[in-house]
Amino acid sequence: MAAHRCGLSLVFILIFSSLACHSSCESLEKANEDTEEKQSVSDTPREVNSDGSIAAEDLNERRGRSTDAELDRRDGTRTSEALTPAAAARDEFQEELVIRPLHSGDIYASFQFRTLWDTDFLQEGQKVSHYRLFPKSLGQVLSKFSVRELHISFTQGFWRTMQWGQPFIPSPPGAELWVWFHDTSPDFCSILSVDGNWKELTNVLSGIFCASLNFIDLTNTVQPSASFKPLGLGNATDHRFLRYATLPREIVCTENLTPWKKLLPCGSKAGLAVLLKSEKLFHSSFHSQAVHIRPVCQDEQCTSKAWELRQTLNVVFDLYTAGQGKKEWSLFKMFSRTLTEACPLATSSKVYVDITDNPELFELSPATPLLSQAVVLGDRRTYSVYDLSRAETFGQLRSLNLLLRWKGDGEMLRPLLHAERYVAGFGLQTGEIHTVIYNNHPYRAFPVLLMDSVPWYLQLYIHTLTVTSKSRDNKPSYIHYQPAKDRHRPHLLEMLIQLPPHSMTEVTVQFERALLKWTEYTPDPNHGFYVGSSVVSALVPSMVAMNTNFTQDQPLFSSFVPVKEESSYFVRVYTEPLLVNLPTPDFSMPYNVICLTCTVVAVGYGSFYNLLTRTFQVDEPSLPLAKRLANLIRRIRGVPLLT
Amino acid sequence: KTVCDLNLSSVLMNSNLVHRADSFFLATKMAAPLTLLLIVAVTIRAVLFRSSWAELISERVEVVSPLNAWKRVVEGLALLDLGVSPYSGDVFHETPFMIYLFHFVVDYAEIVFMVSPDLVFCLSRFLTSLKQKYALESDRYPADCLELLRSPKEMFYIPLKVAMFYLLNPFTILSCVAKSTCGLNNAIIALFILCTLKGSALLSGILLALATYQSIYPLTLFAPALLFFLQRLYIPVNLRRSSFWFFTLQYAFIYVGSLVVITGLSFFLLGSWDFIPSVYGFIFSVPDLTPNIGLFWYFFAEMFEHFRLFFICVFQINVFFYTIPLSIKLKEHPVFLIFMQIAIISIFKSYPTVGDVALYMAFLPAWSHLYRFLRNIFLVSCVLLACSALFPVLWHLWIYAGSANSNFYYAITLLFNFGQILLVSDYFYAYLRREHHLTHGLYLKKKDGTEATLVLK
Repeated sequence: MAAHRCGLSLVFILIFSSLACHSSCESLEKANEDTEEKQSVSDTPREVNSDGSIAAEDLNERRGRSTDAELDRRDGTRTSEALTPAAAARDEFQEELVIRPLHSGDIYASFQFRTLWDTDFLQEGQKVSHYRLFPKSLGQVLSKFSVRELHISFTQGFWRTMQWGQPFIPSPPGAELWVWFHDTSPDFCSILSVDGNWKELTNVLSGIFCASLNFIDLTNTVQPSASFKPLGLGNATDHRFLRYATLPREIVCTENLTPWKKLLPCGSKAGLAVLLKSEKLFHSSFHSQAVHIRPVCQDEQCTSKAWELRQTLNVVFDLYTAGQGKKEWSLFKMFSRTLTEACPLATSSKVYVDITDNPELFELSPATPLLSQAVVLGDRRTYSVYDLSRAETFGQLRSLNLLLRWKGDGEMLRPLLHAERYVAGFGLQTGEIHTVIYNNHPYRAFPVLLMDSVPWYLQLYIHTLTVTSKSRDNKPSYIHYQPAKDRHRPHLLEMLIQLPPHSMTEVTVQFERALLKWTEYTPDPNHGFYVGSSVVSALVPSMVAMNTNFTQDQPLFSSFVPVKEESSYFVRVYTEPLLVNLPTPDFSMPYNVICLTCTVVAVGYGSFYNLLTRTFQVDEPSLPLAKRLANLIRRIRGVPLLT
Repeated sequence: KTVCDLNLSSVLMNSNLVHRADSFFLATKMAAPLTLLLIVAVTIRAVLFRSSWAELISERVEVVSPLNAWKRVVEGLALLDLGVSPYSGDVFHETPFMIYLFHFVVDYAEIVFMVSPDLVFCLSRFLTSLKQKYALESDRYPADCLELLRSPKEMFYIPLKVAMFYLLNPFTILSCVAKSTCGLNNAIIALFILCTLKGSALLSGILLALATYQSIYPLTLFAPALLFFLQRLYIPVNLRRSSFWFFTLQYAFIYVGSLVVITGLSFFLLGSWDFIPSVYGFIFSVPDLTPNIGLFWYFFAEMFEHFRLFFICVFQINVFFYTIPLSIKLKEHPVFLIFMQIAIISIFKSYPTVGDVALYMAFLPAWSHLYRFLRNIFLVSCVLLACSALFPVLWHLWIYAGSANSNFYYAITLLFNFGQILLVSDYFYAYLRREHHLTHGLYLKKKDGTEATLVLK
């Protein structure tokens, strides 16, 4: 340790001497101490973590200056590498909280934290080693495994589309991971390396997020051909570079939240992240946290590329039933915290409250003069905006506690697209998966992509696939089916189905349940086996014109999925995961079974052996012992023998 | 040696004579009952095909296995239509010939399945031709053995009995109604036996290759067929004789040659070798542990992982293992050897179904002259009947009612196989004992003149 410190300070001294012309020695001495102290704590630079509000103030002060040069230099000292021009990175951080009162009486809160950085992780021969706002742990993963796009989500609970409408960013129950790898050359070798990279990547992410992502292997990984297109820049279509896997059984809890929070530049010390207290977040009907990394355009003309890290956290609080009959909520009631400041590193920090139904439904206080309109998910919504970077937002009390009182019940617009799924049949031999997709649009038909990934131990029979809408056969125009290989690969079924207006489309497929080896069952085999959600992706016709213009100051929640045309918007709906029982052997019997079966085989072998090796002979009873002895003597004497 | 050859020649002449007489009789007296039988059999199947039972039967694990389920054939065809190789998944395990056969006749599948058992029944006529020798060589045997030999009248009804045993066997009917491709495999084996008994080495070799191609195990029937032809051509089994080697190589060449041709053809039909691991790899490595009436499924579901390979080898060798000792012991009786081999295959194969059991059971009337030496035929019949009734009961209790577990069903499969082993070894015993009596007289005496008991020593 001492040697390490010594070496480190030597390096620092070297760099200091080169930087001496830029700033005073005194502040650098301070920085040195500061960084050295933090080096032992964590790898990622986080100015506010260690000394909380003091550092935050300090940083606020610095933010007032025209450049962040000093800050950059401080980070540069840490990585002990020469500064490159690119490392004087233009990176920015935005944070945002959207609160949407749901008609069921629940509250939907959606946090989005976005870090934009105009660097290139996939550049050949150039290592990105200077990190400021972007978490280093993720940046290294991106460049090591040549990841082009990464989407990972952990969800506890199921999003009820019929009651809650569409979420801003949908996610299936459990863990979901889908990754587009960088396709350097589409030859066989690089595709093989994708498999290797995928295996390693899942293990690394498993460590980063403290999740059982290491259970992702070939048996639950698929390569969807159409359902998961890259959301960022580039229009790669070679699905051999895509890997998709879900772990529907993954249980999400605070050990996943903590590492997720650590990726934020301000951690959970300042800004919106102070609200993320696990004791409240996990006491909710729905909790979903996600990380999305993708390359995006830096500006409208798309002249330069930037990497975007979007951390989202969606939570639905069931205050209507849990709120002692009173239909009112506040930030404090939901998160047991109030907002006091923005994250000092953030360029924008805003809270949006959906007040489209105000004032018929509820009453919001404190009122804000700032209003914003956004077209999101095919609907024009009005939001009250609370800009945390402005001091007047916090008022006299220096804290913001939004309060909302419900006044009446309202009817909600039914979501245009909605899907559910269940298993039909009885017994443990066969069954049938039913997926029901609803198109609630009164007069427009639109196509949807349905993707199903079914584990190998449910053997699907594709010839039993039926698609019916309005009690008529509805033949899918595109079917991509990859049958499962036992213990190697799951089934993948993708279909393009045209949904007639105002209809219910039912997709059924029969399956057979396999008997597994006794070691392949989970520790509680009679609980059943999970089958991941099916994914319905669609371009739903929009009621209002979508905003196709790219603007920098668009709210984050409305800019996640790129909008290509005005008349429709992209929606992804996840169905329920299935829980399927399989026949089980008796787990206490291996020795008995081996013994008994071998006995039967031995009976067969023995009886054949007996008949093959022996011959028939007349049974001559042998003489008693006394007579045989007498015969022995008689033989010596030459007397006739006894019989 | 010369005596032996002489005897054989007389046998052949006689059997030819009788064969001619036999066909004559068939044309006149047997035609009516056989037609009647055929009509009854087809009616039963047609009625069951049309009834609601058909679907229930086709789902039964006792009747269909992953290798021969009709549902999987349809699935394979559906995959082919989707442009996916049927062998890329793990549902379809039929050979490429089967896909192309059903690709064209899928609409007439019911007819195919009704016709195939009738082919088997053709076999029955010719099974008898061999048995004639006992009747006609009676002068060679001790006088008291006459009652061991079958009268021509008995012989006359054997084809009818065999046909009845196969066509009206509930196992065959179930297998046929479930459209299990096992029926087709049985038909190929039956045709092979027919050609062998008729003495056509070429056709026999080709059909044996086809049967092997379908389900690998009939490989072991090579030995009895070869022995039969050698016997028929008066070539003694003598490793130092060139005539023996000449014929053996000739027959082996026909067999291996047609096997290569068939496999090559399927490669050209499909354009890949994918079917080899998917069909034969699947048969040998037993990855699918769906319950059936065999011994493999539960054993390998409960097997310790590091012993799996060892026991798979042991169990698969077990099927082929009996060929050599049985061929040595029964080299004078190749037809009985065929029966033994088919029985052993159907007991010890990796995915047996009741259709396989039905095939060897069809032979039983041909050995009706062994009844007096069977020791525990009553017990075995009871066991087999009880097991057949208990299979669906315990399956229901395990899979649907949830009140039993897998051990119940496993216990019944064990008992069923035990019964089958007992049955086959009993017939083997009876056959050997009859042979002993034919040479040593039926009523054996001890040295002191009292009645002797025969024992195996």
